[in-house]
Amino acid sequence: MEAKLEPIVKALQAKFGGSFEEFRGEVHYFVQPAQIVEALTLLRDQHQFELLSAQTAVDYWPQTSPRFHVIYQLSSLAQNITFQLRVPVNGDSPTVPTAAGVFDSANWRERELLDMFGIQFEGHPDPRRILMPEDSDGHPLRKDYPLGYEEPQFTFNFEDIDLRKPYAKE
Amino acid sequence: MGVEQKLGNMGVVTTTLENVVNWGRTNAMWPMLFGLACCAIEMMSAQSSSYDMSRFGMELMRASPRQSDLMIVAGRVSRKMAPVLRRLYDQMPEPKWVIAMGDCASCGGVFNNYAILQGVDEVVPVDVYVAGCPPRPEALIHGVMTLYEKVKADKFVPTQEK
Repeated sequence: MEAKLEPIVKALQAKFGGSFEEFRGEVHYFVQPAQIVEALTLLRDQHQFELLSAQTAVDYWPQTSPRFHVIYQLSSLAQNITFQLRVPVNGDSPTVPTAAGVFDSANWRERELLDMFGIQFEGHPDPRRILMPEDSDGHPLRKDYPLGYEEPQFTFNFEDIDLRKPYAKE
Repeated sequence: MGVEQKLGNMGVVTTTLENVVNWGRTNAMWPMLFGLACCAIEMMSAQSSSYDMSRFGMELMRASPRQSDLMIVAGRVSRKMAPVLRRLYDQMPEPKWVIAMGDCASCGGVFNNYAILQGVDEVVPVDVYVAGCPPRPEALIHGVMTLYEKVKADKFVPTQEK
């Protein structure tokens, strides 16, 4: 682990317990959903992580439970280091407190996670879909979302598909 | 015993109204300036001096649907864009035509997924499909020529039966 990261991991462990993973010098620190706002505030105020450079999620269904990991990638321009926080979230009713109060840039990223993964962010100021049309069903980046939309039309099934294709009216 | 004997040498030509109107429509068909993806680059190239679509009366790409006769759907249409596309089509004055340029506009192309419309014919009635990914400017011009042949064969019927 890089020397600059050690005091940060120690500080987080003293406060939240929890575990961390290290891969090629990058540290992923696991925290519970209830602790995330506090953890982000601590990193921002005391360890100069002034930039939330990415907030994303991964769906590990069906191998892993809890199914989702919400990932917060923080950058410190002053120290030239990055740090990842991971929040495992259950698949039944995935809910995480919003980080929009800590980092303004989390607002749209949480809307994207809501849209693509269906993860609810408690206390989010504007919980709407951001990419998909308002009336669309489901969350496309979930692993159980049906893959593909339409059967390709070849000569052998041309008529079949042509009959049920929703052509536009004049 | 034609009309020229009655009128003298005045350069009068007789034809049918359909022919004149269709000649007029094909020789000043203004496409809408509406590019969606990489096909739009080829569409711009078709307008440029190397290919010069203005040879066929298409020197003007109108930025407003109210002034255009032809919609060239150049690129993939996402599901969120589909209502916008239909609205632009509805704003065009009759008579109007649509060219689906490229594979994405014709059938979804490589984007067989939740986000992209599987062919714009689900939203607007398409007259000519141009294949290619993206089609070369020659292919687009060929598509336009094909459309011209279709327009020249148009009879005067209510547009609903077109």
